[in-house]
Amino acid sequence: MIKVAIKNLSLFYDTIQALKNISLNVEKNEILGVVGPANSGKSSFLRALNRLYEIDYARISGTIVLDDTDIFTIPINDLRRRVGLIFATPVVLPGSIHKNMSYGPKLHRKLKESELDEIIFNALSAANLWEEVKDRLKDSAATLSGGQQQRLCIARTLAMGPEVIMMDEPCSGLDPISTAKIEATMLELKEKYTFILVTNNTKQAARVANRTAFFLSGELIEIDKTEKIFTNPADSRTDGYIRGKFG
Amino acid sequence: MKDKIAEKLLLFIAFSAIFSLLLITFFIFQQGIPLIFKIGLGNFFSTHWAPTRGHFGILSMIIGSLMVTTGALVVGIPFGLACAIFLAEFSSPVVQKTLKPIIELLAGIPSVVYGFIGIVILVPFIREHFGGPGFSVLAASIILGVMILPTIVSISYDALMAVPNTYREGSYAVGATKWQTVRMLLMPAARSGIVAGIILGMGRAIGETMAVIMIAGNALKIPHSILDSVRTLTSTLALELGYATGDHRAALFACGSFLFLIIILLNIIAIKITGRK
Repeated sequence: MIKVAIKNLSLFYDTIQALKNISLNVEKNEILGVVGPANSGKSSFLRALNRLYEIDYARISGTIVLDDTDIFTIPINDLRRRVGLIFATPVVLPGSIHKNMSYGPKLHRKLKESELDEIIFNALSAANLWEEVKDRLKDSAATLSGGQQQRLCIARTLAMGPEVIMMDEPCSGLDPISTAKIEATMLELKEKYTFILVTNNTKQAARVANRTAFFLSGELIEIDKTEKIFTNPADSRTDGYIRGKFG
Repeated sequence: MKDKIAEKLLLFIAFSAIFSLLLITFFIFQQGIPLIFKIGLGNFFSTHWAPTRGHFGILSMIIGSLMVTTGALVVGIPFGLACAIFLAEFSSPVVQKTLKPIIELLAGIPSVVYGFIGIVILVPFIREHFGGPGFSVLAASIILGVMILPTIVSISYDALMAVPNTYREGSYAVGATKWQTVRMLLMPAARSGIVAGIILGMGRAIGETMAVIMIAGNALKIPHSILDSVRTLTSTLALELGYATGDHRAALFACGSFLFLIIILLNIIAIKITGRK
């Protein structure tokens, strides 16, 4: 089943074209890996899907359809609730862990304290963070370690009740143990959510992604099952990148 | 060799600036403080100001200064903040680059011009539509409110721009609207800078003299409504120093010392707030 259908997507920053005619589908409950060297348009691709590119004054053409609805007809805050984005460097907001967690849900509707507590508990548990922070919810989020902060960001996104979770190199600044925790979290959660994982670490895509897309200079070179991309890619440029000849 | 001479010369110039500041401070206090001790604090902070007959109470002027300053803040803070938020968050880079210098230009207009505009437009308007003499707390507040806008706008704008962009992205990414982001995230994050801007604006409003003399009416009494005339501390200094002698002159310097202390205090608070991150 198709969750997000992208057709002829191009994106421009001023005169620079960051995405060139991308067409691909994201399947429901899959982890779609997106790999490619720097400046290949991976981040711009994610920022197009939740319309975050708009704050950069970028322009877009093509269509993006989420569950049969054009994303440009969905109210923007609703779209961003349904399509969450997790950044490379964890963005914790100033204030406590509790405040970080309640910020999103409170934006969208009025909640009773007990409902909010339940949302926070569920989201932190799902992100495998509850045990580590349950006694210090009032502490500043900045006191958490890098890996914990990133899992807090994942939990914050989960608290919104998203459908698609996009991650932009979520483990680029983390140690192997924190990375393993986040990958385990993703594999647990993909029953319920659809993931798009942009990563510079091709091995990470190989470990967790069902399918992998290879981007180069704003173009989609190839998208296929992860095993196929990593063992027998159709395009020689994909092969070169996977084998570490460039990028 | 030339380098050394240049260095010493610059050092000398820098120190002479500081030295002249110290000299001014010393002079004001040395001229003013003895009188306060002579007449006593009770007399100094009473409402009876008749300097030629030995009454040196500055309370009505303090109240005048406070009312005008408060009024200026009531006018200046909402407009200034709205302007800073619009520039920092709701306008494109092109609009920012055009509007910010224009607002900063407001700071460059001589205060006598503000006073003139007040006399010609604002004072008659208030007299006709609200009654009273027109020369009033209200008129002075509105003009001062405009005069402190550049200070509040540019410092608040800088504080908002200093909030890391990742906060905005993080907030938008969880579905916050721009206004929600401003209200719930950026304003709290930039609070110290915004407060500092307001305090510096307040310092400007207290110290402003020319425009206030021209439009506040300068009546020596405690005002009962915002349509009454008032006289501020600065106005008194400017109006009376020309002919004052003896204790009268010393009393004006005492006023100056008091103003000086308030301004220093406000600046220290502003520095403390911005420094504490």
